[in-house]
Amino acid sequence: MERKLLTKDSYKLLISKIISGKYQLVAPVKVDALVDFRRIKSADEITEDYIVTVSSAKSVAFPRNEKLFGFEKNNKKLEQTDFDFDSIPHTVLLGVRPCDAMGFASLTSIFCWDSVDKIYTTRLERTIIIGMSCAKADASCFCTSVKGNPGNTAGNDLLLTKTPDGDYITEIVTEKGAKLVAEFYELFREDKGAEKEPLLANVPEVFELDGILAKINSKFDDEVFWSEQAMRCLGCGACAYVCPTCACFDIQDESHGKTGQRVRCWDSCGLSLFTLHTSGHNPRQNQGQRWRQRLMHKFSYMPDRLNTVGCVGCGRCSRACPVDMNIAEHLKSIIDN
Amino acid sequence: METQNIYLPYLMEIEKISEEAPFVKTFRLKFINPEDAESFSFRTGQFGEYSVAGVGESTFCIASAPTRKGYIECTFRKAGSVTTALSDMEEGSTLGFRGPYGNVFPIDEWKGKSLLFIAGGIALPPMRSVIWNCLDLRENFKDITIVYGAKSVADLVYKEELRLWDERPDVKLVTTVDPGGETPDWKGEVGFVPTVLDKLAPKSENTIAIVCGPPIMIKFTFPILEKYGFADDMVYTTLENRMKCGFGKCGRCNVGKTYVCKDGPVFSLKQLKQLPDEY
Amino acid sequence: MNNIQQKTKELLESGACTLIIGYEKGTGGKARPVFVRKAEHAAKLIFDESCDQNIAGYLYRQEIKNESKKAIVANNHTLKSIVELASENQIHEGDFMVLAFTAEGEIIELKSFEEIEKHVATLYHGLNDEDKATMQKIEAMTMEERWGFWENEFSKCIKCYACRASCPMCYCPTCTVEINQPQWIPVPSHTLGNLEWHVMRAMHLAGRCITCGQCAKSCPLDLPIHLLTYKVALDSEQYFDSVAGTSVCANNVLATFKTEDHENFIR
Repeated sequence: MERKLLTKDSYKLLISKIISGKYQLVAPVKVDALVDFRRIKSADEITEDYIVTVSSAKSVAFPRNEKLFGFEKNNKKLEQTDFDFDSIPHTVLLGVRPCDAMGFASLTSIFCWDSVDKIYTTRLERTIIIGMSCAKADASCFCTSVKGNPGNTAGNDLLLTKTPDGDYITEIVTEKGAKLVAEFYELFREDKGAEKEPLLANVPEVFELDGILAKINSKFDDEVFWSEQAMRCLGCGACAYVCPTCACFDIQDESHGKTGQRVRCWDSCGLSLFTLHTSGHNPRQNQGQRWRQRLMHKFSYMPDRLNTVGCVGCGRCSRACPVDMNIAEHLKSIIDN
Repeated sequence: METQNIYLPYLMEIEKISEEAPFVKTFRLKFINPEDAESFSFRTGQFGEYSVAGVGESTFCIASAPTRKGYIECTFRKAGSVTTALSDMEEGSTLGFRGPYGNVFPIDEWKGKSLLFIAGGIALPPMRSVIWNCLDLRENFKDITIVYGAKSVADLVYKEELRLWDERPDVKLVTTVDPGGETPDWKGEVGFVPTVLDKLAPKSENTIAIVCGPPIMIKFTFPILEKYGFADDMVYTTLENRMKCGFGKCGRCNVGKTYVCKDGPVFSLKQLKQLPDEY
Repeated sequence: MNNIQQKTKELLESGACTLIIGYEKGTGGKARPVFVRKAEHAAKLIFDESCDQNIAGYLYRQEIKNESKKAIVANNHTLKSIVELASENQIHEGDFMVLAFTAEGEIIELKSFEEIEKHVATLYHGLNDEDKATMQKIEAMTMEERWGFWENEFSKCIKCYACRASCPMCYCPTCTVEINQPQWIPVPSHTLGNLEWHVMRAMHLAGRCITCGQCAKSCPLDLPIHLLTYKVALDSEQYFDSVAGTSVCANNVLATFKTEDHENFIR
């Protein structure tokens, strides 16, 4: 893989040039006590002080609310205004962790399953992902258990790894990344060949993925196992909404008078309403069954149907969970039980 | 309709509204854009997303047969927010339709066989599509028997079509209502569908059974079919689960790893028996 | 801490209890709720300052209701919620044991709602200094500033409903947001709809919020939504002399008619 070096000064310059150019720049910023992705206007807003952002980067391609089209009603007539693909901005997404970057492959597998969701794919096509390797990890991180690692290039267009001097080793991962480097070629130096590995966080492997994949299907009918696992689960949507690979959504209409729009918004399999029929029947009646769906979807259905694991080991779900439903720990117990 | 947006519905005009039963209506829908009408096609068993702008979308089958060109029909019971809004619509109004989605009844494979349709209540609509489809290709099949039951005489849907089927010499129609649901002039059976089916003692030889109905009816009908020797791959049904997108993305209709919207809604009993208990 | 392990071990061994709802050490050392059924697992249980989560909501969960002999390790928030839930007939005396702690850290068994009430009376009911300061800051704002403050906060809400799920007083089997005929609160999470949701929730908790702050602690985006319910709690106290979580016989402020109430707004 081709490498370049971006000095700390050039890095700031690159950010300024991106912002003043044709791209909008989305990067991690401090939002009170948290760090989350925001559209930024100046390089000073960016922070590097985070393990992972609270929310995943998925909203760049799959926003939490999205107008699918507009409509206007006039008596018995109805007019629709199609989604405006031209309105999708060209975006540079900076400071994405390798786990997050890997998550886009899972999302894409869902949004392109037979019928292609062009709204999602166009958003992703117009996004350049500049990842940032992890120098730090915490107790919730487990990317190495799901075939990721703190310096994983997959899913990124460019991957930066900060050196002790404050410069950034720049790995050019994709054609898109190469184009961006070419656009700002004067900012990149020849790489000095510094070793990347020692700069990366140590993320211990919590479980053996193949073991989970081999065993999880046999656990489906073990109601007691799932209800015990989900005993403390409160049934909110926090885990799904911060997850980089959770793609489940709801479709809702919002209107004022004659005009309105159809909106796609995030939804979660953890919520009891998710599968509730109008008749009152609910195929997933208890939290154990809903928790099972969450794990099975990621570690059985997606591998089986879409050839991808629906988890990147970012640990956001565990951090966001009000009752610490640590997913890695629960997965591990599938092997242990 | 030139669009890359898979969520944008076709605009449909409600050409005709028929009152089928209390709270149950049938809409005949016509494409407003002639090119849409031209390019649209579907096969029996498929479903769609019907929408009222400002209220939302609701999932139900296409109740007309693909052999009847130029329109589609849907039958729904007023229950949730969307079906309530649909119920309030008038002829000439515009609604949205996305589809067709899902798999189909494999009627090509049924050529040369007898067909036994068993339906209960509001579940006749998905079956009506395949019944008319098969009747329009009548020469492809041997005996056609329809067993249809509802709570009461008033709850029977498609009353006019039931009369048409009854009059046809090439169709055997058995209608029934639950005990207590009969009227003084009711000439059909009185009893639950599985009981009436048992009394009918259907022949399973070279016969496909198609069963649609409420879960309780299905539950008691399968053992009767088994009793008369219907193999699991000779029995078909349709599943319903809550859906939003209709094409495998919104993530809620799956039964284990099987997606009702993509792998269904039509399943053989053999397939159904392999599904986990999550529907 | 060994105190709680010893006590619960005895309860489980003797068969006096078959389930203990308490706290254990979770990811990165933070406390989380745990359900212990076997005496040999009692060693998992902890009780220290990290155990500040209000876990009273588990008492009415169907899976737990079905357990006949259960005990809950209750911190002060949980105790107040137990009192409030009892006053609203959501939980019943004798259905569970309550293990609480004295100010000195001594474990005590509270045998009746009356005993819980008495214990709760010894606890501090006001806000902590940080919340007081923020409340004062917000109240000093002009209307526009205040709107701006909340608009900014609500813009961050992702409507995951962790606030609702973790609040012991949010026990409605069907929440207002789940009703769609009519759709009172929009489903998508945008600033206005989020505001409607949080204001509606605060109003529904008027006179019922025991000011544990669990909603805000549970919020993945750190929204200070507890200040909304605190505000109505303070108002309930000021105007109706009602403090939630102090009496099992209390009638809910907004559900009780008194002839001496100043209900001019109705006329």
